[in-house]
Amino acid sequence: MDLENQNRVKTLTEKHGAENMLILLGAAEAESAGLAAETVTNGDPTFAGPLAGVQLGLKVYHAVEPEFKDAVNPDVYDEQIGMMEMVLDVDGIVEEMNNIRSEFCKY
Amino acid sequence: MSFPVIKGTGYVLVHTPDVMHHHGTTQSLERAAHPDSEYLKSLNAHTRSYDDVVAYAPNQTYIGNLHPEELRQIATPWFQNGMANAQRVGAFGEIMPQDEFYGLMKISDAFDLVSLEEGFLMKVKEKLEAHPLFKDDVSKLGSGDTQADVERFINEHHADPLFHEGHLVGCVKRAHDVDVSLTAHIIFENLVSKASGVLAMKHLVDKTGLDVNSIDYVIECSEEACGDMNQRGGGNFAKAIAEVVGAVNATGSDLRAFCAAPTHALIEAAALVKAGVYENVVVVAGGATAKLGMNGKDHVKKEMPLLEDVVGGFAVLVSQNDGVNPVIRTDLIGRHTVGTGSSPQAVITSLITAPLDKGGLKITDIDKYSVEMQNPDITKPAGAGDVPEANYKMIGALGVKRGDLERADLPTFVTKHGMPGWAPTQGHIPSGIPYVGYAQQDLTTGKLNKTMIVGKGSLFLARMTNLFDGVSVVLERNSGEVEAPGTGISKKEIKEMIVEAMKDVAAQLMKE
Amino acid sequence: MSLLDGKKVIIIGDRDGIPAPAMVECLKDTGAEVVFSSTECFV
Repeated sequence: MDLENQNRVKTLTEKHGAENMLILLGAAEAESAGLAAETVTNGDPTFAGPLAGVQLGLKVYHAVEPEFKDAVNPDVYDEQIGMMEMVLDVDGIVEEMNNIRSEFCKY
Repeated sequence: MSFPVIKGTGYVLVHTPDVMHHHGTTQSLERAAHPDSEYLKSLNAHTRSYDDVVAYAPNQTYIGNLHPEELRQIATPWFQNGMANAQRVGAFGEIMPQDEFYGLMKISDAFDLVSLEEGFLMKVKEKLEAHPLFKDDVSKLGSGDTQADVERFINEHHADPLFHEGHLVGCVKRAHDVDVSLTAHIIFENLVSKASGVLAMKHLVDKTGLDVNSIDYVIECSEEACGDMNQRGGGNFAKAIAEVVGAVNATGSDLRAFCAAPTHALIEAAALVKAGVYENVVVVAGGATAKLGMNGKDHVKKEMPLLEDVVGGFAVLVSQNDGVNPVIRTDLIGRHTVGTGSSPQAVITSLITAPLDKGGLKITDIDKYSVEMQNPDITKPAGAGDVPEANYKMIGALGVKRGDLERADLPTFVTKHGMPGWAPTQGHIPSGIPYVGYAQQDLTTGKLNKTMIVGKGSLFLARMTNLFDGVSVVLERNSGEVEAPGTGISKKEIKEMIVEAMKDVAAQLMKE
Repeated sequence: MSLLDGKKVIIIGDRDGIPAPAMVECLKDTGAEVVFSSTECFV
């Protein structure tokens, strides 16, 4: 995850409280989704950024996951995101996200 | 309508392993933060030789020796399947080695900012004397500087070192003592962009047999900024490149649009020619040192060579309709506008289906789409996926949503209307433009009728806007008919129209 | 709905996946507040 974005996650979490945060990802691949999800839960696995070694354990979801899809207006979802369900590896992303959450999420 | 045509192209790569080690931002940032890191120590072991770079199939495709459909037949990952008998020179250009390129940077240097050690310079001079395109420029190399002088420039005057095979062979000096826009680093990046642009344009002139004096305008579309502290991005790379290439009748300007710039430039060149403002417009861009080794950490982690070891460049000539070459359909332009929105669906609609609808065409009427043609060998191990394939899936997915094709046909759509990626991750270099050379072939001696060039840009990276950007244009097989210049309609047709009008007036008078 | 209610949301979009503004649109009229959004570009 971009170092500046890691910084924002860190400072905003300190400001609002970890239990109130939700991180929403739009990564194109299961691998990059997992990397970003791990960064905001267990710390930057590449040890490059401000979240290196910082375990925020935040709630994190990808936009194509059913939990997010079901929580928003279906027409808006279809217009903004729907087409990508045919393009992205949805199953792969869902699996990766579930694995990260079950291992590292604290909330 | 008389559309302008693609008259010729030039595509070049420069092997720049030492430049990658020292100037790629992934490496330079690492050096600043963790100078003793394992990653930096591992760079040499993962650096390819010039021969390996020439034998690398995607590079052969880039310079015109291996059609993308032939590249598709080679087993991936391509870095494990080098080509036998691969040539440095291609139908569109060449792959130049680093030492000769340092010489080319010196040739392109108008302010004595490039210093090359005299022994190294002698060897480079010999090699360039044997280069058909630069043998007449060798006098610009001078005689070089002593090693002591080179070291003094670096240690006492903030010059940026130039390395070749690990040895110090020269440096690039800063152009001003205090101006932060004229530092050695910026001059270095700009000279690399200029020199690789020169190389591409020289090849364009050579491959088309064009009279260089007939070029009247040059549009440069890289992503660098040249200027000084009072005008940081003033320009003008286009004119600077035209000067070195010898296009004495040309002026030019720089067009900036992140990665979408080449396609913007192609459209603007076409507009200038179609409107009769100019007759021969060259679109040119060199490459970026910053992006060298960009995904290096992932490549090293996966025990791969550092595949982002080449700087890219290209040049395209747009000219008046000649009845032969593919036309640029200036009436079928896609645009991502301020109001388009950023959802993938809106983006693809604005770039692909809006112009097609205007032309009464289906998504399947375009034989090949050239989107962002990044080499998947580079991007997949870095977690960025297969970019061309993702783009094709998006186009296909929109087709499914519109009813142009069935969901089950999506995979075949991707193969039939798409191509494997082959261009290095040099930002603007892979965006739409790499296929134009092959499009010229496919739409003349080949079997295709329509192709679409699509460029996209991530404007939000500059933090001036959150917007995305993109433009697209259709290239079509020439019908063979050429309108004579100055005539939109014949005298006979005008006479016929007058006769009809007079008949109408007579009929009206009869009624009254 | 309970996933989003009262949450402070940070959106990290991907130019080649789902860009941030698309997700921002989806969050309008929900119980979530977007406190930061950014789109990343890897190529």
